[in-house]
Amino acid sequence: MNAWPLWEVFVRSRRGLSHVHVGSLHAPDAELALRNARDVYTRRQEGVSLWVVPSSSIVASDPGERDAFFDPAEDKVYRHPTFYDVPEGVEHL
Amino acid sequence: MTTSCDYVLALADDALVSAQRMSWWISRAPELEEDVALANIGLDQLGQARALLTYAGALEGAGRTEDDLAYLRDDREFRNVWLVERPQPDFGVTIARLLMLATWQSELYAALVSSSDATLAGIAGKAVKEVAYHVDHARLWTLRLGDGTEVSHARMQAALESEWPHLEELFAPVDGAVVDPRSLRDRVMGRIEEVVVEATLSVPQVAPAIGGGRRGLHTEHLGHLLAEMQHLHRSHPGATW
Amino acid sequence: MHFEELLAGDGRVEPRDEMPDAYRRTLVRQIAQHAHSEIIGMQPEGNWISRAPSLRRKAILMAKVQDEAGHGLYLYAAAETLGVDRADLLDQLHGGRQKYSSIFNYPTLTWADVGAIGWLVDGAAIVNQVPLCRCSYGPYARAMVRICKEESFHQRQGFEILHTLAHGAPAQKAMAQDAVDRYWWPSLMMFGPPDDDSTHSAQSMAWGIKRFSNDDLRQRFVDMTVPQAEVLGLTLPDPEIRWNDERGHYDFGAVDFTELFEVIKGNGPCNRERMAHRVAAHEDGAWVREAAAAYSAKRAEAAA
Repeated sequence: MNAWPLWEVFVRSRRGLSHVHVGSLHAPDAELALRNARDVYTRRQEGVSLWVVPSSSIVASDPGERDAFFDPAEDKVYRHPTFYDVPEGVEHL
Repeated sequence: MTTSCDYVLALADDALVSAQRMSWWISRAPELEEDVALANIGLDQLGQARALLTYAGALEGAGRTEDDLAYLRDDREFRNVWLVERPQPDFGVTIARLLMLATWQSELYAALVSSSDATLAGIAGKAVKEVAYHVDHARLWTLRLGDGTEVSHARMQAALESEWPHLEELFAPVDGAVVDPRSLRDRVMGRIEEVVVEATLSVPQVAPAIGGGRRGLHTEHLGHLLAEMQHLHRSHPGATW
Repeated sequence: MHFEELLAGDGRVEPRDEMPDAYRRTLVRQIAQHAHSEIIGMQPEGNWISRAPSLRRKAILMAKVQDEAGHGLYLYAAAETLGVDRADLLDQLHGGRQKYSSIFNYPTLTWADVGAIGWLVDGAAIVNQVPLCRCSYGPYARAMVRICKEESFHQRQGFEILHTLAHGAPAQKAMAQDAVDRYWWPSLMMFGPPDDDSTHSAQSMAWGIKRFSNDDLRQRFVDMTVPQAEVLGLTLPDPEIRWNDERGHYDFGAVDFTELFEVIKGNGPCNRERMAHRVAAHEDGAWVREAAAAYSAKRAEAAA
């Protein structure tokens, strides 16, 4: 097995923001994956911090089960503040 | 003591010639990610060379620019060491050479940061971070090639044997040096040998080559490198690009 | 949501969604060809790194060719989300089973060619690529957003090279004109055959992979480029170029596609050299890739 595994790259663009997925790359191991990520994805000062994760370690939801996963949230409108009527004149609520 | 133009040229030419060799790899690296990495390293070296050449021109005081110094000097006027000027079509040789050059530069620039020459200290302050990354890259690859397959182990050992004789020239005294090259020797050798041993390779027992780069005495290879690098610029005297 | 519904609503298809096999195959073919073009495209310009006429130009060119490797990486990664492997795609390139853009089978004979590639070839590529930022396949569209951002520097540096040459010594201006003369028609061919003869176009448009026809994009490129040529003070080698008030576009001469088809067949000036260079790099690097994989396996074993 000579093909290097695939890694997913996440970049924090500046302090205070989350790491965001930017793409992937191949590397033989974590050390080089991190360095390759630096060279490939932050050439133009795009980041202040990097994560690399083996693609094989990502557990994703199945698009086929999307309805079962995400639709039930659709009718729970009471989770959103705009659901509630606030009498006129009430502030800081 | 004032910094000599020759001393700054020596550092500049090491970086310039090394960048010229390094850039050969762009489109030829073992993997695409490495094309990008080696290009980054070459770009760092070229940036260092440009800053140093500009400063050398100022020290000389004859109004020569970075391009005048890069393109209009002949090989006898170049001050780089032999380590960087020979062809390097083998990835192992490139890594061995980078390990040596970058470790030396990292000690050198670290010392220059606190030198009394403010310009040089400024250039070194930026460069020291860049070469730290070069050392890291060279170290990671030395480990992988040394402790990878039997083939890679043999090739990396051969690369070390071919480059090792040229290490000594880095420590040869230079007139007007701001940091005496001899003072860097123990630390540089110690760091390089540590990586070599960690990579399950052996420290070569070879006699130093008689380098003369600091005095303008080069291998035959430098003339060809310069002929290629300089021909277009020289074909159109005085042109703007 | 079903594939057809997604497309109808101008939604984005994501990697694990169900999609027709033909859609997947078309994307793999197109993204791979695009990725291959980026990495083969490193060669003609890389040809001038060692001879760049100033250190500033050398640095810019190194950064540009490096970007192309980066773009190749983004695109291979996008293709891999479709369940193919980069190593396999490279094998197909090396075996001649997948193509790359024919423009890179032309030689860079002078320094001005680096300028012409930046201005015309990257200019044409941008016209082709900007609509791809809205391509129906999410990972491809996202890669293109990144690439288009970076490409605009490429085109500008090419324009700047030609502008400097065109306003320099007579020999430099002649060099610039010669480069534009040689790269103009091949750049127009980059948009592919005329719409009537294009085999894949209609289906790709329906799938939202392609947003505009070959001829529309070609026209857009001509309209954009003619005024820029005037600023450069260079002539485009087509006596039929003139503004057409009625159409609101520049008219231009018919592109002779017989040459394009010859180059695609492998008879271009540099087809063999480009492939030999690429294959040699890949083969010469095998021991390094194997070493890194072996090292990593040893570490994993030691840790277990």
